Amino acid sequence: MSNKDKINVGILAFHGDIEEHEEAIASLGFSSIRLKYLEDLDNLTHLILPGGESTTISKFLDKTGIGKAIQKRAKEKTLQIYGTCAGAILLAKEVETQYPVSNLGLIDAKISRNAYGSQIHSFETELNFKPTKQNFEAIFIRAPKIISHSDKIDVLCEHQEEAMILEQDNVLISTFHPELIRPAIIHEYFLSK
Amino acid sequence: MYNKSGVELAKMLKNGVIMDVTNVEEAKIAEDAGACSIMALERVPSDIRKDGGVARMSDPKMITEIKKAVSIPVMAKVRIGHFVEAQILEALEIDFIDESEVLTPADPKLHIDKTQFKMPFVCGCRNLGEALRRIAEGASMIRTKGEAGTGNIVEAVTHLRQLHGEIRDIKNMDKAQLVFAAKEMGVSVELLELVQKEEKLPVVNFAAGGVATPADAALMMQLGAEGVFVGSGIFKSSDPQRMAKAIVESVAYFDNPKKLAEISNDLCSAMPGLEMETLDTKMAERGV
Repeated sequence: MSNKDKINVGILAFHGDIEEHEEAIASLGFSSIRLKYLEDLDNLTHLILPGGESTTISKFLDKTGIGKAIQKRAKEKTLQIYGTCAGAILLAKEVETQYPVSNLGLIDAKISRNAYGSQIHSFETELNFKPTKQNFEAIFIRAPKIISHSDKIDVLCEHQEEAMILEQDNVLISTFHPELIRPAIIHEYFLSK
Repeated sequence: MYNKSGVELAKMLKNGVIMDVTNVEEAKIAEDAGACSIMALERVPSDIRKDGGVARMSDPKMITEIKKAVSIPVMAKVRIGHFVEAQILEALEIDFIDESEVLTPADPKLHIDKTQFKMPFVCGCRNLGEALRRIAEGASMIRTKGEAGTGNIVEAVTHLRQLHGEIRDIKNMDKAQLVFAAKEMGVSVELLELVQKEEKLPVVNFAAGGVATPADAALMMQLGAEGVFVGSGIFKSSDPQRMAKAIVESVAYFDNPKKLAEISNDLCSAMPGLEMETLDTKMAERGV
Protein backbone atom coordinates (compact mmCIF):
# COMPACT_ATOMS: atom_id res chain seq x y z
CA MET A 1 0.00 0.00 0.00
CA SER A 2 2.60 2.52 -1.06
CA ASN A 3 0.22 4.60 -3.13
CA LYS A 4 -1.55 6.22 -0.18
CA ASP A 5 -1.65 9.61 -1.89
CA LYS A 6 -3.52 8.24 -4.87
CA ILE A 7 -6.31 6.71 -2.82
CA ASN A 8 -9.45 8.70 -2.04
CA VAL A 9 -11.90 6.73 0.04
CA GLY A 10 -15.53 7.75 0.38
CA ILE A 11 -18.23 6.26 2.59
CA LEU A 12 -21.81 6.67 1.45
CA ALA A 13 -23.13 8.67 4.40
CA PHE A 14 -26.92 8.90 4.39
CA HIS A 15 -27.61 6.24 7.00
CA GLY A 16 -26.01 3.24 8.71
CA ASP A 17 -22.74 2.43 10.42
CA ILE A 18 -20.75 5.17 8.69
CA GLU A 19 -18.45 5.86 11.69
CA GLU A 20 -17.56 2.17 12.03
CA HIS A 21 -16.27 2.15 8.44
CA GLU A 22 -14.42 5.41 9.04
CA GLU A 23 -12.73 3.86 12.06
CA ALA A 24 -11.83 0.71 10.11
CA ILE A 25 -10.28 2.83 7.35
CA ALA A 26 -8.49 5.02 9.93
CA SER A 27 -7.09 1.90 11.65
CA LEU A 28 -5.23 1.22 8.38
CA GLY A 29 -3.76 4.72 8.29
CA PHE A 30 -6.11 6.13 5.67
CA SER A 31 -8.59 8.97 5.85
CA SER A 32 -12.02 9.00 4.23
CA ILE A 33 -14.73 11.44 3.30
CA ARG A 34 -18.49 11.13 3.76
CA LEU A 35 -20.28 11.00 0.44
CA LYS A 36 -23.64 12.79 0.41
CA TYR A 37 -23.31 15.11 -2.56
CA LEU A 38 -23.03 14.00 -6.17
CA GLU A 39 -20.06 16.26 -6.97
CA ASP A 40 -17.94 14.58 -4.27
CA LEU A 41 -18.06 11.24 -6.08
CA ASP A 42 -15.76 12.45 -8.90
CA ASN A 43 -12.62 12.50 -6.76
CA LEU A 44 -13.08 9.07 -5.22
CA THR A 45 -11.07 6.00 -6.13
CA HIS A 46 -12.78 3.79 -3.52
CA LEU A 47 -16.36 3.85 -2.27
CA ILE A 48 -17.94 1.95 0.62
CA LEU A 49 -21.68 1.32 0.97
CA PRO A 50 -22.17 0.72 4.72
CA GLY A 51 -24.46 -1.50 6.76
CA GLY A 52 -27.89 -0.24 7.76
CA GLU A 53 -31.27 -0.56 6.12
CA SER A 54 -31.07 -0.89 2.33
CA THR A 55 -34.58 0.59 2.00
CA THR A 56 -33.42 3.84 3.61
CA ILE A 57 -30.12 4.14 1.73
CA SER A 58 -31.75 3.22 -1.57
CA LYS A 59 -34.10 6.22 -1.39
CA PHE A 60 -31.16 8.62 -1.11
CA LEU A 61 -29.28 6.91 -3.97
CA ASP A 62 -32.32 7.50 -6.19
CA LYS A 63 -33.11 11.00 -5.11
CA THR A 64 -29.58 12.42 -5.31
CA GLY A 65 -28.60 10.72 -8.57
CA ILE A 66 -25.61 9.20 -6.77
CA GLY A 67 -26.91 5.70 -7.57
CA LYS A 68 -26.76 6.30 -11.33
CA ALA A 69 -23.37 8.00 -11.03
CA ILE A 70 -21.98 5.00 -9.12
CA GLN A 71 -23.24 2.69 -11.88
CA LYS A 72 -21.50 4.82 -14.49
CA ARG A 73 -18.17 4.89 -12.61
CA ALA A 74 -18.44 1.13 -11.97
CA LYS A 75 -18.92 0.40 -15.65
CA GLU A 76 -15.99 2.64 -16.61
CA LYS A 77 -13.97 0.65 -14.06
CA THR A 78 -12.74 3.87 -12.50
CA LEU A 79 -14.10 3.16 -9.03
CA GLN A 80 -13.50 0.34 -6.55
CA ILE A 81 -16.74 -0.38 -4.68
CA TYR A 82 -17.33 -2.33 -1.50
CA GLY A 83 -20.74 -3.02 0.08
CA THR A 84 -21.30 -4.58 3.50
CA CYS A 85 -24.68 -6.09 4.45
CA ALA A 86 -27.18 -3.44 3.26
CA GLY A 87 -24.43 -2.23 0.90
CA ALA A 88 -24.15 -5.76 -0.53
CA ILE A 89 -27.90 -5.83 -1.16
CA LEU A 90 -27.70 -2.52 -3.00
CA LEU A 91 -24.87 -3.76 -5.24
CA ALA A 92 -26.51 -7.07 -6.21
CA LYS A 93 -28.06 -7.74 -9.58
CA GLU A 94 -31.11 -9.38 -8.07
CA VAL A 95 -32.67 -8.90 -4.63
CA GLU A 96 -35.29 -11.04 -2.95
CA THR A 97 -37.16 -8.71 -0.61
CA GLN A 98 -40.59 -7.90 0.67
CA TYR A 99 -40.03 -4.20 0.07
CA PRO A 100 -38.51 -3.16 -3.28
CA VAL A 101 -35.09 -1.51 -3.15
CA SER A 102 -33.58 0.06 -6.26
CA ASN A 103 -30.44 -2.03 -6.33
CA LEU A 104 -27.56 -0.96 -8.56
CA GLY A 105 -27.02 -4.38 -10.17
CA LEU A 106 -23.22 -4.27 -10.22
CA ILE A 107 -22.43 -7.83 -9.18
CA ASP A 108 -23.86 -11.02 -10.70
CA ALA A 109 -25.43 -12.32 -7.54
CA LYS A 110 -28.89 -12.88 -6.14
CA ILE A 111 -29.30 -11.84 -2.51
CA SER A 112 -32.15 -12.48 -0.12
CA ARG A 113 -32.72 -9.74 2.45
CA ASN A 114 -33.06 -10.70 6.15
CA ALA A 115 -32.73 -14.30 5.05
CA TYR A 116 -31.91 -15.61 8.50
CA GLY A 117 -34.93 -13.97 10.17
CA SER A 118 -35.24 -11.39 12.92
CA GLN A 119 -32.61 -10.24 15.42
CA ILE A 120 -32.88 -13.32 17.64
CA HIS A 121 -31.37 -15.33 14.76
CA SER A 122 -28.32 -13.10 14.46
CA PHE A 123 -25.14 -15.15 14.95
CA GLU A 124 -21.39 -15.13 15.20
CA THR A 125 -19.04 -17.56 13.51
CA GLU A 126 -15.40 -18.03 12.58
CA LEU A 127 -14.61 -17.57 8.90
CA ASN A 128 -11.51 -17.71 6.73
CA PHE A 129 -10.61 -14.96 4.27
CA LYS A 130 -9.14 -16.83 1.31
CA PRO A 131 -6.90 -14.12 -0.24
CA THR A 132 -4.85 -13.78 2.97
CA LYS A 133 -5.77 -17.14 4.57
CA GLN A 134 -6.63 -15.33 7.81
CA ASN A 135 -9.30 -16.51 10.23
CA PHE A 136 -11.63 -14.01 11.88
CA GLU A 137 -14.86 -13.82 13.87
CA ALA A 138 -17.77 -12.57 11.79
CA ILE A 139 -21.04 -11.33 13.17
CA PHE A 140 -24.21 -11.71 11.12
CA ILE A 141 -26.89 -9.20 12.15
CA ARG A 142 -30.26 -9.63 10.45
CA ALA A 143 -27.99 -10.63 7.62
CA PRO A 144 -28.80 -11.12 3.96
CA LYS A 145 -27.88 -14.35 2.18
CA ILE A 146 -26.27 -14.85 -1.21
CA ILE A 147 -28.64 -17.35 -2.83
CA SER A 148 -26.86 -17.69 -6.13
CA HIS A 149 -24.09 -16.08 -8.15
CA SER A 150 -22.37 -16.35 -11.50
CA ASP A 151 -19.62 -19.02 -11.76
CA LYS A 152 -17.33 -16.33 -13.02
CA ILE A 153 -17.09 -14.44 -9.76
CA ASP A 154 -14.65 -15.15 -6.99
CA VAL A 155 -15.84 -16.42 -3.64
CA LEU A 156 -13.39 -14.96 -1.12
CA CYS A 157 -15.04 -16.40 1.95
CA GLU A 158 -17.68 -19.04 2.60
CA HIS A 159 -19.47 -20.73 5.45
CA GLN A 160 -21.26 -24.08 5.19
CA GLU A 161 -21.08 -23.82 1.39
CA GLU A 162 -22.69 -20.38 1.37
CA ALA A 163 -20.71 -17.50 -0.13
CA MET A 164 -20.15 -14.70 2.39
CA ILE A 165 -17.76 -12.47 0.41
CA LEU A 166 -17.86 -12.12 -3.37
CA GLU A 167 -15.67 -10.20 -5.77
CA GLN A 168 -16.32 -9.35 -9.40
CA ASP A 169 -13.68 -7.07 -10.91
CA ASN A 170 -14.03 -3.76 -9.09
CA VAL A 171 -17.00 -4.74 -6.95
CA LEU A 172 -16.65 -6.44 -3.55
CA ILE A 173 -19.52 -7.47 -1.24
CA SER A 174 -19.84 -9.12 2.15
CA THR A 175 -23.09 -10.20 3.79
CA PHE A 176 -21.71 -9.33 7.24
CA HIS A 177 -19.80 -6.47 8.87
CA PRO A 178 -15.99 -6.56 8.44
CA GLU A 179 -15.94 -2.93 9.62
CA LEU A 180 -16.41 -4.31 13.15
CA ILE A 181 -13.35 -6.60 12.89
CA ARG A 182 -9.78 -5.71 13.93
CA PRO A 183 -7.36 -5.95 12.28
CA ALA A 184 -9.55 -4.67 9.43
CA ILE A 185 -8.28 -7.31 7.01
CA ILE A 186 -11.05 -7.05 4.45
CA HIS A 187 -10.87 -3.26 4.31
CA GLU A 188 -7.12 -3.62 3.86
CA TYR A 189 -7.72 -5.97 0.92
CA PHE A 190 -10.26 -3.52 -0.55
CA LEU A 191 -7.88 -0.55 -0.32
CA SER A 192 -5.08 -2.58 -1.96
CA LYS A 193 -7.26 -3.03 -5.06
CA MET B 1 -21.10 -5.40 26.66
CA TYR B 2 -23.52 -8.17 27.39
CA ASN B 3 -25.56 -8.62 24.18
CA LYS B 4 -22.98 -8.31 21.42
CA SER B 5 -25.26 -8.80 18.43
CA GLY B 6 -27.75 -6.33 19.94
CA VAL B 7 -25.03 -3.72 20.44
CA GLU B 8 -23.97 -4.26 16.82
CA LEU B 9 -27.56 -4.11 15.49
CA ALA B 10 -27.90 -0.71 17.14
CA LYS B 11 -24.84 0.45 15.18
CA MET B 12 -26.62 -0.43 11.94
CA LEU B 13 -29.53 1.83 12.93
CA LYS B 14 -27.22 4.83 13.32
CA ASN B 15 -27.89 8.02 11.41
CA GLY B 16 -31.47 6.90 11.02
CA VAL B 17 -34.98 7.59 12.26
CA ILE B 18 -37.08 5.17 14.33
CA MET B 19 -40.78 5.99 14.10
CA ASP B 20 -43.72 5.14 16.37
CA VAL B 21 -46.53 3.45 14.43
CA THR B 22 -49.87 2.14 15.64
CA ASN B 23 -51.04 0.04 12.68
CA VAL B 24 -49.96 -1.61 9.41
CA GLU B 25 -50.82 1.42 7.32
CA GLU B 26 -48.62 3.71 9.42
CA ALA B 27 -45.84 1.11 9.44
CA LYS B 28 -45.83 1.14 5.63
CA ILE B 29 -45.79 4.94 5.53
CA ALA B 30 -42.76 4.89 7.85
CA GLU B 31 -40.90 2.28 5.79
CA ASP B 32 -41.73 4.17 2.61
CA ALA B 33 -40.39 7.39 4.07
CA GLY B 34 -37.05 5.72 4.85
CA ALA B 35 -37.38 4.94 8.57
CA CYS B 36 -34.57 2.58 9.65
CA SER B 37 -36.84 0.89 12.18
CA ILE B 38 -40.31 1.23 13.66
CA MET B 39 -41.75 1.08 17.15
CA ALA B 40 -45.08 -0.78 17.19
CA LEU B 41 -47.43 0.48 19.91
CA GLU B 42 -51.17 0.88 20.40
CA ARG B 43 -51.15 4.59 21.16
CA VAL B 44 -48.52 7.22 20.43
CA PRO B 45 -47.25 8.97 23.59
CA SER B 46 -49.39 12.09 23.10
CA ASP B 47 -52.54 9.92 23.15
CA ILE B 48 -51.28 7.98 26.19
CA ARG B 49 -50.83 11.36 27.87
CA LYS B 50 -54.32 12.50 26.87
CA ASP B 51 -56.13 9.25 27.72
CA GLY B 52 -54.47 8.73 31.10
CA GLY B 53 -54.85 5.37 32.84
CA VAL B 54 -52.34 2.53 32.79
CA ALA B 55 -50.38 2.12 29.56
CA ARG B 56 -49.21 -1.46 28.90
CA MET B 57 -47.44 -3.57 26.27
CA SER B 58 -49.38 -3.68 22.98
CA ASP B 59 -51.46 -6.62 21.84
CA PRO B 60 -49.21 -9.28 20.24
CA LYS B 61 -51.67 -9.43 17.34
CA MET B 62 -50.99 -5.85 16.26
CA ILE B 63 -47.23 -6.24 16.78
CA THR B 64 -47.19 -9.41 14.68
CA GLU B 65 -49.26 -7.83 11.92
CA ILE B 66 -46.89 -4.88 11.76
CA LYS B 67 -43.85 -7.16 11.80
CA LYS B 68 -45.25 -9.08 8.82
CA ALA B 69 -45.99 -5.88 6.89
CA VAL B 70 -42.48 -4.40 6.83
CA SER B 71 -38.91 -5.43 6.02
CA ILE B 72 -37.16 -3.12 8.51
CA PRO B 73 -36.47 -3.99 12.17
CA VAL B 74 -39.45 -3.79 14.54
CA MET B 75 -39.29 -2.63 18.14
CA ALA B 76 -42.00 -2.68 20.80
CA LYS B 77 -42.33 -1.34 24.33
CA VAL B 78 -42.64 -3.05 27.68
CA ARG B 79 -43.31 -1.47 31.05
CA ILE B 80 -40.25 -0.76 33.21
CA GLY B 81 -39.55 -3.87 35.28
CA HIS B 82 -42.20 -6.00 33.54
CA PHE B 83 -40.05 -8.94 32.54
CA VAL B 84 -43.01 -11.09 31.54
CA GLU B 85 -44.07 -8.56 28.89
CA ALA B 86 -40.45 -8.78 27.69
CA GLN B 87 -40.64 -12.59 27.61
CA ILE B 88 -43.75 -12.28 25.44
CA LEU B 89 -42.05 -9.89 23.02
CA GLU B 90 -39.06 -12.21 22.84
CA ALA B 91 -41.40 -15.06 21.96
CA LEU B 92 -42.80 -12.90 19.13
CA GLU B 93 -39.25 -12.59 17.74
CA ILE B 94 -39.31 -8.88 17.19
CA ASP B 95 -35.93 -7.15 16.83
CA PHE B 96 -35.59 -4.80 19.83
CA ILE B 97 -37.44 -4.30 23.13
CA ASP B 98 -37.87 -0.77 24.50
CA GLU B 99 -38.15 -0.85 28.29
CA SER B 100 -39.94 2.45 28.31
CA GLU B 101 -41.01 5.15 30.74
CA VAL B 102 -43.75 6.03 28.22
CA LEU B 103 -45.69 3.04 29.57
CA THR B 104 -46.75 2.90 33.22
CA PRO B 105 -43.93 1.34 35.28
CA ALA B 106 -44.62 -2.17 36.62
CA ASP B 107 -41.83 -2.02 39.19
CA PRO B 108 -41.29 1.15 41.20
CA LYS B 109 -37.58 0.43 41.75
CA LEU B 110 -36.14 -2.24 39.51
CA HIS B 111 -35.63 -2.47 35.79
CA ILE B 112 -35.64 -5.78 33.94
CA ASP B 113 -32.51 -7.94 34.22
CA LYS B 114 -31.87 -7.73 30.52
CA THR B 115 -29.01 -10.24 30.66
CA GLN B 116 -31.67 -12.96 30.94
CA PHE B 117 -32.78 -12.29 27.36
CA LYS B 118 -31.36 -13.02 23.95
CA MET B 119 -33.34 -10.10 22.56
CA PRO B 120 -31.61 -6.70 22.77
CA PHE B 121 -33.09 -3.84 24.83
CA VAL B 122 -33.08 -0.08 24.42
CA CYS B 123 -33.65 2.02 27.56
CA GLY B 124 -34.12 5.70 28.31
CA CYS B 125 -31.84 8.00 30.32
CA ARG B 126 -31.67 11.61 31.47
CA ASN B 127 -28.02 11.55 32.47
CA LEU B 128 -24.88 9.42 32.50
CA GLY B 129 -25.77 7.55 35.70
CA GLU B 130 -29.12 6.38 34.32
CA ALA B 131 -27.47 5.38 31.02
CA LEU B 132 -24.74 3.33 32.71
CA ARG B 133 -27.12 1.65 35.16
CA ARG B 134 -29.24 0.53 32.20
CA ILE B 135 -26.13 -0.72 30.41
CA ALA B 136 -25.07 -2.59 33.57
CA GLU B 137 -28.52 -4.26 33.54
CA GLY B 138 -27.84 -5.35 29.95
CA ALA B 139 -29.22 -2.63 27.66
CA SER B 140 -27.74 -2.73 24.14
CA MET B 141 -28.79 0.77 23.19
CA ILE B 142 -29.64 4.00 25.00
CA ARG B 143 -31.97 6.84 24.12
CA THR B 144 -32.07 10.10 25.97
CA LYS B 145 -35.63 10.35 27.32
CA GLY B 146 -36.77 13.86 26.55
CA GLU B 147 -40.46 14.23 27.40
CA ALA B 148 -42.52 11.95 25.16
CA GLY B 149 -45.79 13.10 23.60
CA THR B 150 -45.20 16.81 24.16
CA GLY B 151 -43.86 17.94 20.78
CA ASN B 152 -41.56 20.07 22.91
CA ILE B 153 -37.84 19.54 22.36
CA VAL B 154 -36.68 21.25 25.56
CA GLU B 155 -36.27 18.11 27.69
CA ALA B 156 -34.61 16.17 24.86
CA VAL B 157 -32.05 18.97 24.60
CA THR B 158 -31.60 19.04 28.38
CA HIS B 159 -30.97 15.29 28.65
CA LEU B 160 -28.64 15.06 25.66
CA ARG B 161 -26.58 18.04 26.88
CA GLN B 162 -26.53 16.61 30.40
CA LEU B 163 -25.29 13.22 29.16
CA HIS B 164 -22.57 14.65 26.96
CA GLY B 165 -21.56 17.22 29.58
CA GLU B 166 -21.03 14.44 32.11
CA ILE B 167 -19.03 12.39 29.60
CA ARG B 168 -16.78 15.42 29.07
CA ASP B 169 -16.34 15.74 32.85
CA ILE B 170 -15.40 12.06 33.14
CA LYS B 171 -12.75 12.52 30.47
CA ASN B 172 -10.60 14.69 32.73
CA MET B 173 -11.03 12.80 36.02
CA ASP B 174 -8.21 11.04 37.84
CA LYS B 175 -8.74 7.63 39.42
CA ALA B 176 -9.88 8.97 42.81
CA GLN B 177 -12.46 11.21 41.17
CA LEU B 178 -13.66 8.30 39.02
CA VAL B 179 -14.16 6.10 42.08
CA PHE B 180 -16.14 8.89 43.74
CA ALA B 181 -18.22 9.54 40.60
CA ALA B 182 -18.91 5.81 40.31
CA LYS B 183 -20.19 5.77 43.88
CA GLU B 184 -22.38 8.83 43.28
CA MET B 185 -23.86 7.34 40.12
CA GLY B 186 -24.21 3.82 41.49
CA VAL B 187 -22.20 2.31 38.63
CA SER B 188 -18.96 0.34 38.48
CA VAL B 189 -15.59 2.07 38.18
CA GLU B 190 -14.85 -0.26 35.23
CA LEU B 191 -17.83 1.06 33.29
CA LEU B 192 -16.79 4.66 33.97
CA GLU B 193 -13.23 3.85 32.88
CA LEU B 194 -14.65 2.52 29.64
CA VAL B 195 -16.52 5.80 29.09
CA GLN B 196 -13.34 7.72 29.91
CA LYS B 197 -11.33 5.72 27.39
CA GLU B 198 -13.89 5.84 24.57
CA GLU B 199 -15.13 9.35 25.42
CA LYS B 200 -18.63 8.11 24.68
CA LEU B 201 -21.15 5.56 25.88
CA PRO B 202 -20.18 1.96 25.13
CA VAL B 203 -23.47 1.54 23.22
CA VAL B 204 -25.28 3.56 20.57
CA ASN B 205 -27.20 6.59 21.83
CA PHE B 206 -30.26 7.98 20.06
CA ALA B 207 -32.30 11.01 21.10
CA ALA B 208 -36.03 10.87 21.83
CA GLY B 209 -38.95 12.63 23.45
CA GLY B 210 -40.24 15.77 21.80
CA VAL B 211 -38.97 15.74 18.21
CA ALA B 212 -41.70 17.45 16.13
CA THR B 213 -39.91 19.06 13.16
CA PRO B 214 -36.98 18.39 10.82
CA ALA B 215 -35.11 21.16 12.65
CA ASP B 216 -35.65 19.36 15.97
CA ALA B 217 -34.22 16.15 14.53
CA ALA B 218 -31.19 17.99 13.09
CA LEU B 219 -30.69 19.73 16.44
CA MET B 220 -30.44 16.34 18.15
CA MET B 221 -27.89 15.18 15.58
CA GLN B 222 -25.81 18.36 15.92
CA LEU B 223 -25.85 17.89 19.69
CA GLY B 224 -24.28 14.47 19.17
CA ALA B 225 -27.17 11.99 19.02
CA GLU B 226 -26.41 9.05 16.74
CA GLY B 227 -29.99 8.88 15.45
CA VAL B 228 -33.49 9.93 16.43
CA PHE B 229 -36.71 8.37 17.72
CA VAL B 230 -39.86 10.19 16.66
CA GLY B 231 -42.99 9.25 18.55
CA SER B 232 -46.06 11.40 18.13
CA GLY B 233 -44.26 13.89 15.87
CA ILE B 234 -45.00 12.07 12.62
CA PHE B 235 -48.56 10.79 12.90
CA LYS B 236 -49.85 13.77 14.87
CA SER B 237 -48.64 16.19 12.19
CA SER B 238 -51.05 17.35 9.49
CA ASP B 239 -49.28 15.36 6.74
CA PRO B 240 -47.52 12.27 8.17
CA GLN B 241 -46.11 11.10 4.83
CA ARG B 242 -44.35 14.38 4.17
CA MET B 243 -43.27 14.88 7.77
CA ALA B 244 -41.81 11.35 7.91
CA LYS B 245 -39.77 11.89 4.74
CA ALA B 246 -38.67 15.34 5.87
CA ILE B 247 -37.40 14.07 9.21
CA VAL B 248 -35.48 11.21 7.57
CA GLU B 249 -33.83 13.72 5.24
CA SER B 250 -33.09 16.15 8.04
CA VAL B 251 -31.14 13.44 9.89
CA ALA B 252 -29.05 12.69 6.79
CA TYR B 253 -28.42 16.39 6.07
CA PHE B 254 -28.33 17.52 9.73
CA ASP B 255 -25.20 19.64 9.19
CA ASN B 256 -26.35 21.47 6.05
CA PRO B 257 -28.57 24.50 6.86
CA LYS B 258 -29.43 25.14 3.20
CA LYS B 259 -30.74 21.61 2.78
CA LEU B 260 -32.60 21.89 6.09
CA ALA B 261 -34.24 25.08 4.84
CA GLU B 262 -35.38 23.25 1.70
CA ILE B 263 -36.64 20.29 3.73
CA SER B 264 -38.56 22.54 6.16
CA ASN B 265 -40.02 24.79 3.46
CA ASP B 266 -43.86 24.82 3.26
CA LEU B 267 -43.93 21.45 4.99
CA CYS B 268 -47.15 20.94 7.01
CA SER B 269 -48.28 21.68 10.55
CA ALA B 270 -46.20 19.98 13.20
CA MET B 271 -48.00 18.25 16.07
CA PRO B 272 -49.45 20.58 18.71
CA GLY B 273 -46.92 21.15 21.49
CA LEU B 274 -47.22 21.24 25.28
CA GLU B 275 -45.43 23.42 27.83
CA MET B 276 -43.63 21.42 30.53
CA GLU B 277 -45.38 23.41 33.30
CA THR B 278 -48.79 22.17 32.14
CA LEU B 279 -47.94 18.45 32.39
CA ASP B 280 -49.60 16.25 35.01
CA THR B 281 -47.10 13.44 34.45
CA LYS B 282 -43.43 13.76 33.66
CA MET B 283 -42.67 10.41 32.06
CA ALA B 284 -38.92 11.07 32.12
CA GLU B 285 -38.96 10.88 35.93
CA ARG B 286 -39.99 7.23 35.79
CA GLY B 287 -37.31 4.53 35.99
CA VAL B 288 -34.11 6.20 37.20
